[in-house]
Amino acid sequence: MKKYILPSLKLTIVMVLLLGVIYPILIAAVGTMAPGGGKGEKVIVNGKEVGYALVGQKFTDDKYFQGRPSAVDYNAAGSAGSNKGPSNPDYLTTVQERIDTFLVHNPGVKKEQLPAELVTASGSGLDPDLSPTAAKVQVKRIAVLRHIEESTLIALVDKQTEGPFLGLFGPAKVNVLKLNIALDQLK
Amino acid sequence: MNTELTGVVVTFLLTVLLAFPLGRYIAKVFRGDRTITDFMNPVEKFIFRFSGIDPAKKMNWKEFLKAMLTINMLWFVYAFFLLLFQDKLPLNPDGNPGQTPDLAFNTAISFLVNCDLQHYSGESGVTYLTQLLVMNFLMFVSAATGIAALVGVLNGLREKTTNNLGNFWSIFTKTVTRILLPLCIVVALILVFNGTPASFDGKDTTTTLQGDTIQVSRGPAAGMIAIKHIGTNGGGWFGANSAHPLENPNYFTNMVELIAQMIIPIAMIFALGFYLNRKKLAYVIFGVMTVGMLLLLIPTIHWETAGSPAIEKLGVAQPMGAMEGKEVRFGPASSGYWSIVTTIISTGSVNSMHDSSMPLSGMMQMLGMMINAFYGGCGVGILNYLVYIIIAVFIAGLMVGRTPEFMGHKVEAREVKIAAIVTLFSAFLLKAGVALAAYFVAHHPEMAWAVKPSAWLNNPGYHGFSEMLYEFTSANANNGSGFEGLGDNNIFWNVSTGIVLILSRFIPIIGPVAIVGLLANKKFIPESPGTLRTDSMTFGMMTFAVIIIINALSFFPALTLGPLAEYFSM
Repeated sequence: MKKYILPSLKLTIVMVLLLGVIYPILIAAVGTMAPGGGKGEKVIVNGKEVGYALVGQKFTDDKYFQGRPSAVDYNAAGSAGSNKGPSNPDYLTTVQERIDTFLVHNPGVKKEQLPAELVTASGSGLDPDLSPTAAKVQVKRIAVLRHIEESTLIALVDKQTEGPFLGLFGPAKVNVLKLNIALDQLK
Repeated sequence: MNTELTGVVVTFLLTVLLAFPLGRYIAKVFRGDRTITDFMNPVEKFIFRFSGIDPAKKMNWKEFLKAMLTINMLWFVYAFFLLLFQDKLPLNPDGNPGQTPDLAFNTAISFLVNCDLQHYSGESGVTYLTQLLVMNFLMFVSAATGIAALVGVLNGLREKTTNNLGNFWSIFTKTVTRILLPLCIVVALILVFNGTPASFDGKDTTTTLQGDTIQVSRGPAAGMIAIKHIGTNGGGWFGANSAHPLENPNYFTNMVELIAQMIIPIAMIFALGFYLNRKKLAYVIFGVMTVGMLLLLIPTIHWETAGSPAIEKLGVAQPMGAMEGKEVRFGPASSGYWSIVTTIISTGSVNSMHDSSMPLSGMMQMLGMMINAFYGGCGVGILNYLVYIIIAVFIAGLMVGRTPEFMGHKVEAREVKIAAIVTLFSAFLLKAGVALAAYFVAHHPEMAWAVKPSAWLNNPGYHGFSEMLYEFTSANANNGSGFEGLGDNNIFWNVSTGIVLILSRFIPIIGPVAIVGLLANKKFIPESPGTLRTDSMTFGMMTFAVIIIINALSFFPALTLGPLAEYFSM
């Protein structure tokens, strides 16, 4: 056995250095050249930080486009999904309550216009995006509260929509934070 | 075809396209031919000299296994103590606590065996030091261990008669320096430039547009996310794994991470063809595995994009599909694809929460792990497949009345016994574990553990059973994904899955290495018209049938109690 222990020990030491120390430091060093310097890219509006570009944040004010429900209330220091199974009765009650709440806050919107992503929790609890449909279904409410034409808001959502990757792959999406920043800047 | 589906199809095609040349390259590396990574020669020489290793020394199968198991044991002790005392060690900017002994036991084993079941959450359960020196390190070396075991097996099959499986240390080191590290650097840099953090700065406090003060976890994550996929490990930096927007920022990184986790398992099949000079065998294996994957994948994508029948009844629209536990930027098609990829190849990273998948998608995910040989994990996938081949050779031999042979060696009682034990033991471990867990939930719900059995399950009824079934399936397949609603950070789950993990890692490695060690020692029988050809389509179908029969017999009853019952009750 001794024949194997000593080489194992020494090989472990070099490998820990190579893979646990040198490798991450190398990536961190090159990462300083990336947007955000490898620390996560922040969004600045009028010289003021308003969070991270990629990390979804909570919007409770009806004047803003609201993101998806979050199982962790958008806690970016403890991401998680709801892990609720599709047949769980308590879960379905929660979804029903979200539907009811949405309909109260968005008069004039019918239930069948409401896309499921607005009443189901995301995987990370930090989903930064909405589908274009899920953004547009909120337009009526925001138009009334902000006294802006609906057509202006729909154009805004369209403008903020990012199409599929390379126009070919994956779903279209709207970043809620960017959309709301643009919304605040509408005059 | 819509953009979500084209995304999935193109991701898979790109994976195969890239895996083919990578397979040829891997074969060259282990044949000792010239390759573009020869600049690593001095590094390897230094490593061997420092460690007192003679890379040219031949090893028979017993020596090979001794070397492998010794160093693995050492890594376990090392990881266990670092995790236990991580709170007293440096590089802990978020002030996270040390792990309890049972959690450290589970975590150390879990990363050692390439599983990465995580009974803690990345943001709060580990420190930067342990993420790098334990997780990051073990992810590399566990993947290299799996690949080295496979290369050892291939060495045994390559020669007519031999007792030399090659030098474990040398194969292991070259796997790290010439395969894993270069690929990881590429993937990590792609991630960093798409927004994944890589710096050592701790949690940040910032203000949202609405004016709330929030904390955002960060850290040197990019490197770990690269190896978590390249090495089919799966353990996330953040709790939500690759559903987290910093761990998987956009659809492009999603494609990259999908390709990264599948590329080595597929490349190893092609490498087998080049290395043994039996390309046809490689194509047959690839074909069987691909058919198997598609049979799991196509229905899953259908169910996920069709949406949840329960949500349908509530009357809202489901234009994207089932969205609970999924992210908008990936969509249900790619989430469904990921859930199958990650379960068939033992990665266990997730970009959606499997607990919230549709009932039958959950069943497909579990089947992927139960079979564990459609591509399979780094190196070990093919070893698992080899066990199925041995059984298929044996059964086919009986059917046509010929002595079973594999690659010019007689397959006799001893080898078949080993193969049967490996297969049946895995089914036993899985089901015994679930039975034990279900027993505690039913009869001792108030046991005074950190999480009482009555509080284990996040969902009632059949789905609750599926949570337990999934956990042991995942442990047994060294996968690492979970129905994460399960309250698993307590002594029962930590210890029981820890034991399952270590047995289900090393028995399926020791088994095939021993089989090939024994086979290679036997006299070589040249192929004749009487030989049962293992590289024919017929034999491929035979193997496929064996896989289906063994797994259906082993697992159908358990699946009936969980996902199937849930499906029919919805």
